[in-house]
Amino acid sequence: MNSISDCFKSLRSRGTCALIPFITAGDPDLETTAKALRVLDGAGADMIELGVPYSDPLADGPVIQAAASRALQKGTRLEQVLEIVREVSPTLRSPIILFMYYNPILNRGIETFLQQIADAGVAGLVVPDLPLEEAEGLLKPAQKIGIEVVLLVAPTSSLERIEAIARASQGFIYLVSVTGVTGMRSQMEARVPELLKQIRSYTDKPIGVGFGISAPEQARQVRESGADAVIVGSAIVKRLADETPQAGLQAIGEFCQSLKAAISD
Amino acid sequence: MTTTPLPTQSQAEQRPDTLGRFGRFGGKYVPETLMPALSQLEAAYQQYRNDPEFIAELQQLLRDYVGRATPLYFAERLTAHYARPDGTGAQIYLKREDLNHTGAHKINNALAQVLLAKRMGKQRIIAETGAGQHGVATATVCARFGLKCVIYMGVQDMERQSLNVFRMRLMGAEVSPVSTGTGTLKDATSEAIRDWVTNVENTHYILGSVAGPHPYPMIVRDFHAVIGIETRAQCLEKWGGLPDILLACVGGGSNAMGLFHEFVNEPSVRLIGVEAAGEGVNTEKHAATLTQGRVGVLHGAMSYLLQNDDGQVLEAHSISAGLDYPGVGPEHSYLKDQQRAEYYSVTDEEALAAFKRTAQLEGIIPALETAHAIAYLDTLCPQLEGSPRIVINCSGRGDKDVQTVAKHLQD
Repeated sequence: MNSISDCFKSLRSRGTCALIPFITAGDPDLETTAKALRVLDGAGADMIELGVPYSDPLADGPVIQAAASRALQKGTRLEQVLEIVREVSPTLRSPIILFMYYNPILNRGIETFLQQIADAGVAGLVVPDLPLEEAEGLLKPAQKIGIEVVLLVAPTSSLERIEAIARASQGFIYLVSVTGVTGMRSQMEARVPELLKQIRSYTDKPIGVGFGISAPEQARQVRESGADAVIVGSAIVKRLADETPQAGLQAIGEFCQSLKAAISD
Repeated sequence: MTTTPLPTQSQAEQRPDTLGRFGRFGGKYVPETLMPALSQLEAAYQQYRNDPEFIAELQQLLRDYVGRATPLYFAERLTAHYARPDGTGAQIYLKREDLNHTGAHKINNALAQVLLAKRMGKQRIIAETGAGQHGVATATVCARFGLKCVIYMGVQDMERQSLNVFRMRLMGAEVSPVSTGTGTLKDATSEAIRDWVTNVENTHYILGSVAGPHPYPMIVRDFHAVIGIETRAQCLEKWGGLPDILLACVGGGSNAMGLFHEFVNEPSVRLIGVEAAGEGVNTEKHAATLTQGRVGVLHGAMSYLLQNDDGQVLEAHSISAGLDYPGVGPEHSYLKDQQRAEYYSVTDEEALAAFKRTAQLEGIIPALETAHAIAYLDTLCPQLEGSPRIVINCSGRGDKDVQTVAKHLQD
C-alpha cells in the first residue's frame, strides 16, 4: 500500500496536481461504495477520501449531512466500511483516506481503531473536529502504526497556528478553502492564494485544498494558486445520490475525469 | 439584596485548567475554523470579568431588567406533604429563578453574553434552544440591545413549545427550524455550530448550557453562579448557615451548575442533579446521560454521552424539551467522577406528578424541566434523617408546558 506521502512524492516528481474525490460510505449502499471507489480510481483520482457516516457531522453542509443520514438509516457500520476497504484497496492505485469524526474513534479506543484501519488498508485519516490542541493523543500512536493524520488549516487560522499545524500534520496539510462547512459554492474564497502562500512559507509538505470546490473551473483556479491537491466532496456525493446507482456511478466517473482534465496540463 | 454577579477566582482549585479541562472532561473538539473565535471569547471574558464598568452594567441590568435577586421561598405545603408523622422532615425551599424576566434562569447567561458580544464588536447573535427558554432569553436581550438574532430550534421542539416560538418571533428573532436528525436540541445545537463556523467573523454564538467547547462551560457556569451566590446569602440571612442539600434538574446542566458552583467547596452541602429518565432508563427512551452514558465527545466537549456501540450519538427522550439532550456539561461529568455530586433520574410520569403537585400545593406551575428536580423529593425525603434544609432550583416556570401536559393527560 502506498502512503500519502509517497503518493505526493511521485506526483510532485511528475509536476502533477492531485485530485482527491470524496464519497460517503454506505450511500446509497455499500455495494455502490465499493464500485464508486473503483470508478473514481479509474477516472483520475490520485487519492480517495472515504467519509464514515456519523450522526452529528458538525463540519458538513446539507449534501454530506444528508448522505450520512441515509447511510446510517441503512445501518452502515464502521466494520462494514472497513470490510469494503479491505476488499477494494488492494485493487486501487489511490491510497484511501478516512474522513471521520472523533467520537467513533474514541469510542473504539484510539490504538485499537488505528490498528483496525491500518489492517484494512487505510493510508490516512482526517478528523474534522479534532484541532491541533486535541490531536496529540491521535498523532503519536498513528505515526507508530503507519497511519498519516492530516490536520486542517482554516481561513481564520492565525499565522502562529498555521505554523504549528503545518509542522504537526502528516501526509499533507488540508486547507479549508472557506469559512464554513462542506458544500458546493459558486466562487472560490479570494483568500485562498494568500493562505496557500502563508502555509508554503512554513513548510514543504504538500497542501490540499477542499470545502466548496464543485466545478472544474474552480479546481483549475486552486491548482493555479499553487495547491498540490484539489479535494472535491459534495459535488460528487450529490451526483452519486441524484440518480440510480448505475447512473450515479457513471456521472461521478465523468465528473471526476473532467476535474482531472481541468487540473492537468 | 446586593451581591456581586460573578464568582471570585480565588478558589484554591481552578476549574477548568488552562486547556479547558475538568479532569479528563471538557476540551475543544471543534473544527479549526472556530479555534480563533474560542480564544477571542476566552480573552474577552478574562478581560471583562474583572472590568468594573462591565460588572456594573451587568449588575444593574440583572437588578432592573431581569428582576434579581430572586427570592428563596420556603415551600410550606410541599414541606408538610413530605413531613413525617411527628412533624420532622425535609425543609423545602425553592430558589425562584422562575420569577426572572422571561420566566427562567436562562436570561442570566444570555444577558451577560450579549454584553460580551457587544464589547467584542459582534453584530449578529445566534443560539440553539430546546424548550425555547434559552431562545426566548436570547431573543429578549437581542431586542434590548438591537442585535440581529437567529435561533435554531428542532422542528419537534417547535411543535411542543409553540408559545415560545411565538415569543421569540414577536421580539424580532428569526427562528430557524432544524429538521435534521431527530429535530431536537442536539440537532439545533449542531446547526448553530455550523452557522457559527460559517459566520464566525461577525457572529457571536450564545451557547445556552454549560456544554460545548471551552470556554463555554466555564463562562455559562460563571454567568449563572449568581444563583448560588444569592442562595448562600439568603440561607445565611434566613437561618444563619448553609443549606444541607441542593437539588436541580440536569439536561445540559446550566441551572444546576449555577446553583452548585458556590457550594462545590463546601463538603457539608450535598449536591444532587436529576436527569430525565423519560419512559424509563431500561427503555431506549430516556435522557439519563450521566447515569446511563459512556464517555464521548459531542458538540465540542468530552463528557458522558448517550451513544451506541459504534459511537453514534443516540436520540434522547424526555417529555421535557429542555432535558431532551444526549450529552451533558463536562463539569457535571467531573463532579460525578469525583463523587462530589450525585446524579439520579426521574421518569416523565414522576415529573408530571410533581408538576401537578407543585401547582396544587404551592400555586406555582414549574417548568417540566424543574418538575424533574421536585419529583426526586419522592425518593429523597424518605431517606433523610432529621429536618435537613433542601434548596431546589426552581429553574423556570411552566406556562410554556401547559399544552404538552394537557395533551399528555388526555392521552
